[in-house]
Amino acid sequence: MSTPAIEIEGLTKDYPVGFWRPRLRRSLDHLTLRVEDGEIFGFLGPNGAGKTTTLKVLMSIIYPTSGTARVRGKSIDDVRMHREIGYLPEQPYFYDYLTARELLEYYARLFGFRAADRRERVTRFLERVGLADAGDLQLRKFSKGMLQRVGMAQAILHDPQVIFLDEPMSGLDPVGRREVRDIIHHLKREGRTVFFSTHILSDAEMLCDRVAVLVGGKLQGVGAPAEIVSMQVYAMEILFETQVGGALPNSLAKSATQIGGRYRAEVPEQQLYSALEELRSCGARILSVTPLRPTLEDYFFKLIARNKAVPQPEEAVSR
Amino acid sequence: MSAIPGIVAINTFREAVRDRVLYNLIVFALMMIGASILVGEISIGIDRLVIINLGLSAISIFGLVMAIFIGVGLVYKEMEKRTLYSVLAKPVRRWEFLVGKFGGLLLTLAVNTGFMTLGLAAALFYVSREFLRTDATILVAIYFILLELALVTAFALFFSCFSSPMLSTLFTLGIYVAGFFSADIRGIGTVTRSPAMQMTARVISYLLPNFRNFNIISAASHGDAIPFSLIWQNTVYAALYVALVLIAASSIFSGRNLK
Repeated sequence: MSTPAIEIEGLTKDYPVGFWRPRLRRSLDHLTLRVEDGEIFGFLGPNGAGKTTTLKVLMSIIYPTSGTARVRGKSIDDVRMHREIGYLPEQPYFYDYLTARELLEYYARLFGFRAADRRERVTRFLERVGLADAGDLQLRKFSKGMLQRVGMAQAILHDPQVIFLDEPMSGLDPVGRREVRDIIHHLKREGRTVFFSTHILSDAEMLCDRVAVLVGGKLQGVGAPAEIVSMQVYAMEILFETQVGGALPNSLAKSATQIGGRYRAEVPEQQLYSALEELRSCGARILSVTPLRPTLEDYFFKLIARNKAVPQPEEAVSR
Repeated sequence: MSAIPGIVAINTFREAVRDRVLYNLIVFALMMIGASILVGEISIGIDRLVIINLGLSAISIFGLVMAIFIGVGLVYKEMEKRTLYSVLAKPVRRWEFLVGKFGGLLLTLAVNTGFMTLGLAAALFYVSREFLRTDATILVAIYFILLELALVTAFALFFSCFSSPMLSTLFTLGIYVAGFFSADIRGIGTVTRSPAMQMTARVISYLLPNFRNFNIISAASHGDAIPFSLIWQNTVYAALYVALVLIAASSIFSGRNLK
């Protein structure tokens, strides 16, 4: 069996909260996860779910209360592990008085690249993130979106095998988001593993081979987006137009909503044909019939609602 | 030997020299040295003495201001602005980062002190149109100021590893003032009759860095020769003390959960 790209076992992180009588707040609760080589893995969850905490622990920015993690077989405590990974922090911020080129040169030096290689890499990666013309501009003059691109460039500058991206699409305009998506696809084609956290579900559905959902520090499910959410059809959506002055059939009169000059109605799958028959007899024109399946978003909200019903981690772990 | 501290040091130096606040301080220090010419002109017969005294004091005071105020914010700012995150994700150990930051600030202070020394030399030449053999002592005094600044920077970094810039500034200033009077602390012990107090005062005075040993401004202004033994003793003392403080700072910083 091949070594997984990322192996997390029972990772837990408690933070002390309060000054006089500090209590422990559990931010991550026995997270166990395995990401295979070459996967694009989405790490989903609402704000405060523990996504950034997980990434900070993996980067040794903070230390776990308990549990272990390995990246390509190397412990996260091993500094050599950092040669094989790239990391884009959430809302990255860099040295104001350096230019983008100088910053990337600095990071390339930390990996020990020789001068000619450094120059070539920096130019290539500035081009790749669309900053070829802004390379000699000081970073304090960069917009949030431009800083995000610099962050992306520094994360992949040394051709890492595993790339961790914390909310890579945040702060980007639609063009920028598209470019980041393209970079992630490109990395996958090169056989690299991408682990990215996001709360934008459409990005995860579009990009990920597998996703994990984290709520309140606890893992709620792992799998392909289609596995995680049931593919069963829960309703049929009918879009139709009535004749001028025409009435709606009785069975749809309450449930149909008017959108512009059209109507939209949701009916149970077994009632589809009778509803269509009634619409036809009223002289309505059927525009479309679409089966409705739960999206990742629906799953996500269901989990959050379920999680609100159980005691909060802070209460559960207080000393 | 790891090359990482050197790379971090050069980057720290580059960032620091582009910060305009630094230039304001240098200009201010050079103005102080310039003003000493005026004071020297009204001090008949002792103009050289006054210029050297005021010039070296200005270099020392402005160096201290820079070492403390930049030193306490050096690592703290990286944590606060999260610039540290992307650095620590690279193959960089925390102690390497800390030592690099120390080296970068020391390099900045050395370059600034170099500029201020040129200013002092110009003022001295303007007044007396010559350099004397005894002026070499001025260079020794400046070297000692640099050793002192290295020690102060190490303390500023040490305190900033676990406290806010405001508290770190107070702690570092406290250590500097207490260190300057460490010999007097020993003296307090001898005037009391309590052996316990004597022992406590002695231990404290030995633990505190002896900053007075680095101050030879008066000797330099009088052109007194400085024994070579003092130069190497101060060098070894500062190097060992800096190493100890940096080891303590690294161990605190390495175990710390960053924000």
